[in-house]
Amino acid sequence: MIYAGLFYIATVLLVVGLIYKIFDYSRTPAPLLIPTTPAPTTKPGVVYRMAKEVVVFESLFKSNKWIWVFGWLFHFGLFLVLARHLRYFTQPVWFWVDIVQPFGKYASIMMVIGLAGLLARRFLVDRVRYISTPSDYLILVLLLAIGASGMVMTFVAHTDIISLKEFFMGLMYFDIQPLPQDPPLLVHLALVATLMVIFPISKLLHAPGVFFSPTRNQVDNPREHRHVAAWAARLERNN
Amino acid sequence: MAAADFDIPELKDDIEVPKLREGVMAHVKTFPAPKAVQDFMGYPHELVEDWKERAIEKMGDLLGKYRSLKVFLDACVHCGACTDKCHYYLGTSDPKNMPVARQDLMRQVYRRYFTPAGKLFPKLVGAKDLTKDILDEWYSYYHQCSECRRCSVFCPYGIDTAEITMAGREILNHVGIGQKYSNEILGKVQKIGNNLGLPGPALEDTLAGLEEDIEADTGVPVKLPMDVKGAEVLLITPSADFFSEPHVESLIGYAKVFHAAGISWTLSSYASEAGNFGLFNGNYETMRNVAMRIRDAALELGAKRIVVGECGHAWRVAYSFWNTLTGIGYGGDDPFSIELQKQLDPSYPQPQHICELTNDLIKQGKIQVDPSVNDEFVVTYHDSCNVARASRMGTEPGGQFEIPRELIKAVVNNYHDMADGTIREATFCCGGGGGLLTDDLMEVRVKGALPRATALNNVVKEHQVNFLALICAICKAQFTKVLPKYGFDMSMVGGVHQLVGRAVKLD
Repeated sequence: MIYAGLFYIATVLLVVGLIYKIFDYSRTPAPLLIPTTPAPTTKPGVVYRMAKEVVVFESLFKSNKWIWVFGWLFHFGLFLVLARHLRYFTQPVWFWVDIVQPFGKYASIMMVIGLAGLLARRFLVDRVRYISTPSDYLILVLLLAIGASGMVMTFVAHTDIISLKEFFMGLMYFDIQPLPQDPPLLVHLALVATLMVIFPISKLLHAPGVFFSPTRNQVDNPREHRHVAAWAARLERNN
Repeated sequence: MAAADFDIPELKDDIEVPKLREGVMAHVKTFPAPKAVQDFMGYPHELVEDWKERAIEKMGDLLGKYRSLKVFLDACVHCGACTDKCHYYLGTSDPKNMPVARQDLMRQVYRRYFTPAGKLFPKLVGAKDLTKDILDEWYSYYHQCSECRRCSVFCPYGIDTAEITMAGREILNHVGIGQKYSNEILGKVQKIGNNLGLPGPALEDTLAGLEEDIEADTGVPVKLPMDVKGAEVLLITPSADFFSEPHVESLIGYAKVFHAAGISWTLSSYASEAGNFGLFNGNYETMRNVAMRIRDAALELGAKRIVVGECGHAWRVAYSFWNTLTGIGYGGDDPFSIELQKQLDPSYPQPQHICELTNDLIKQGKIQVDPSVNDEFVVTYHDSCNVARASRMGTEPGGQFEIPRELIKAVVNNYHDMADGTIREATFCCGGGGGLLTDDLMEVRVKGALPRATALNNVVKEHQVNFLALICAICKAQFTKVLPKYGFDMSMVGGVHQLVGRAVKLD
């Protein structure tokens, strides 16, 4: 029951928090065109630029190959792992989730290697150590612990996956079912709920933030289109 | 007012990432603006009593007006990708000159006052109360950023430290600590029409003198017209072009191009400045007021085309912001813009960069050039930061790299690029941009020029390069002053149109 409540609260905080932040970003005007150039001159061009940023981390690749390798391993691993987890929330399980399933299992290794690399950089590189705050370490440790506890259940001590699925399906249909009381599972779920809660109030906001970054999402067409924010347009009434 | 003594960094073969040396640049304090200057700008002239409240209030105001600031302060994950990208960090090794650390000077305060995590668990997320010490650090380190945007190229979220620096300076102005250099210039340009504070009659004298020089030199009566109504082109150029060396050589170059192409043109005594320091201080209204003089001059003189001379940040403001600020451009459907569009010739981009104009004329055969007159030069080209990373030329992305190079190669026979990773979008700032081109920041300027000087030194050794071609007034002034400290001859610094002016055939 505690976990059922925990997940309802975490979900509400995550969803409401993210919706608020996204609403807040989109209502805040961008009064000047500031794409980092060379930039695309068309909207489809911007979509392509953004896709490269989000899928292959293009700017990071230009910047630092070590951060890129670890960062990409972690994020892509996490993506596969999350896709695999959809089977606990869908009935029947979507066909593509079945296809991803075996990859998702081993993607956890990618994810953990990536995270370990990123954590090591925080200790080993003097410049990165200098800029790291306690929360920077803790978020990495949190994600590592989520990955490790998940891997324990996948590769070492299986949990009762049937009951677990009944628990989550029950949550979704407001029909609370008992949760298997395996320690690794309880740890795993508590940490995931924590991650969900801190997502909208931490640097994890980089996930929605990247889509709102004016230097990446603006079209480079200032000579052809007049771009004026509402508060700036008001200045013109005084002329 | 001699700047403090400091060691000139040694030029090595490669641009090296230094070990951190904490606080080595904390002593740098640019001269604060005196009362008269701040009064004119509408800012207090000394630290106000309720500075803390006012600073937080201003930060909140800016967070509501600029999506860039809000997203950039939230999105950083401290990955470290930018830590070795800033020329000021590479040149000074002060960790607060790493882009992320410079941003964190503001981010720590943002988190404390504007985010739940920072309000509840300040230590955990590195949030801090705004103190006088932090304000002092802002003043030091937001005047060790040239707003060159190199970090924004390499950030996985496109976080642009320039936006943070601009906001930081704006907040500092609002609590009463403005920078003398930039704010004085903003006063001059708004009162007199140019950054140097040159009145109309002085300009006329200078232009007449230049006309005599050109005629004595070439035998051709090339004109430098001013305030001519009905001229086709209104040329807006940095006021350094009127008086400084080597800038004036480019002005002569533009005049020769217009003469050879038979294009009627004029300068304006009312808007005799392309530079717009409003950009550096992050004040939209100031930037708009400065830009508005150009629109007014264009309407007054009836020009059909507006062309911008060699100035980096001016081209950013002209290309990226003039349409927004003043309606110089296309696509506006408000009365404000429509009036101007009726006058401007739609067959040309508005505004147009002088390099776009000259390069087109050469390609279309409308002017002839003889590159062999420049055979004494082995040339390399420095991409100015604001042109490279904040604007474009021509119709294709990256035209800002190709068009100046095409133009240079049309007028010289010996050309070599500096190393990859130091040019084009990854170009290193000259070290003097963004309102730092003042003697009281000489240490920052010299050390910040280290990466560029290193790359330059390599092409000098390898290809005997003896001419550094530029399209920015600040770069020209900075390099003539700073490169000699690294053992280069200041005469190797010059404008692209200095080379064009020598090569263009005049009849």
